[in-house]
Amino acid sequence: MADDTISTKELIKEENLVYKKSKILTDNEFHYCPGCGHTTTHRIIAEIIEEMDIQSKTIGIAPVGCSVFMYNYMDIDMQEAAHGRAPALATAIKRLLPEKYVFTYQGDGDLAAIGTAETIHACNRGENITMIFINNGIYGMTGGQMAPTTLVGMKSSTTPYGREVSLMGNPIKMTDIVVNLPGTYFVSRQSVHTPGNVRKTKKAIRKAFEYQALNKGTCFVEVVSNCPSGWKMTPVESNKWMAENMLPFYPLGDLKVPEE
Amino acid sequence: MAKIKGAIVVDIDRCKGCELCITACPTEVISLSDNVNDKGYHYAYMKNPDVCTGCTNCAIVCPDGVITVYRKKVS
Repeated sequence: MADDTISTKELIKEENLVYKKSKILTDNEFHYCPGCGHTTTHRIIAEIIEEMDIQSKTIGIAPVGCSVFMYNYMDIDMQEAAHGRAPALATAIKRLLPEKYVFTYQGDGDLAAIGTAETIHACNRGENITMIFINNGIYGMTGGQMAPTTLVGMKSSTTPYGREVSLMGNPIKMTDIVVNLPGTYFVSRQSVHTPGNVRKTKKAIRKAFEYQALNKGTCFVEVVSNCPSGWKMTPVESNKWMAENMLPFYPLGDLKVPEE
Repeated sequence: MAKIKGAIVVDIDRCKGCELCITACPTEVISLSDNVNDKGYHYAYMKNPDVCTGCTNCAIVCPDGVITVYRKKVS
């Protein structure tokens, strides 16, 4: 039939559009390295805010780390926190403006190292905030040093022969710690390395935002991510390495779901 | 049988050539161009536009959100 030979040019029309970049993302170009999981997670958050139509009601907290410039990319109100103190700042904002959707976005150096106290106490108090934790097992911004979440045997610039438990201790599973705290309402661990996982992550983060309206406690979503530059791999290799090495130690899935 | 035809548009100047869309594409539509963009990256483009189904997998894994997807049912 004649319709069968529709050309690519004819297809590219507004009525056939199925996916485009969210309006919540600004036109600024992301400073992240090619293939970084941070960017995918930013995109997911922007899509959720757009779909829930809460652009004017959302306040984000940017951390210190690779995602320190997050406020440049999201067209919502954002506040920059001192290193590791995003949950403390989010607590204050949420208590003063309880009708707003408040989320923190932190990496593993911010949330699991310098900000451990703030993280645990915010989750333990059950602050009605959404916490998004990007775990790539390395300090990406400062040059690929060992992070608390670096795997045993994993090479970094400060562990060139791999992480040794006798010298550097064990990697910390923050999500497994906060799941045991009474203040958390929804805890999940996801990743963004395949289309299927991106869809699952989007569902989890969307739930974490929706539950905030119920005022039941902290919603915590860990996103296991890659760091191609820090791991010294190509983006495709780093995703494969992550699936083979990170995911067995940080298994994906919902760790705490509210009872229906 | 109803056939679905898709097409992608890549924002060339924002593409960083990470190749994640290439591995995500189930029908091997996308490839990296021999040319480079303003930043010096080889950018993604539709090498086999005929087999694109508009599944949006490439756009969903694209970290920088440079891919726009169009889809139409053709009978």
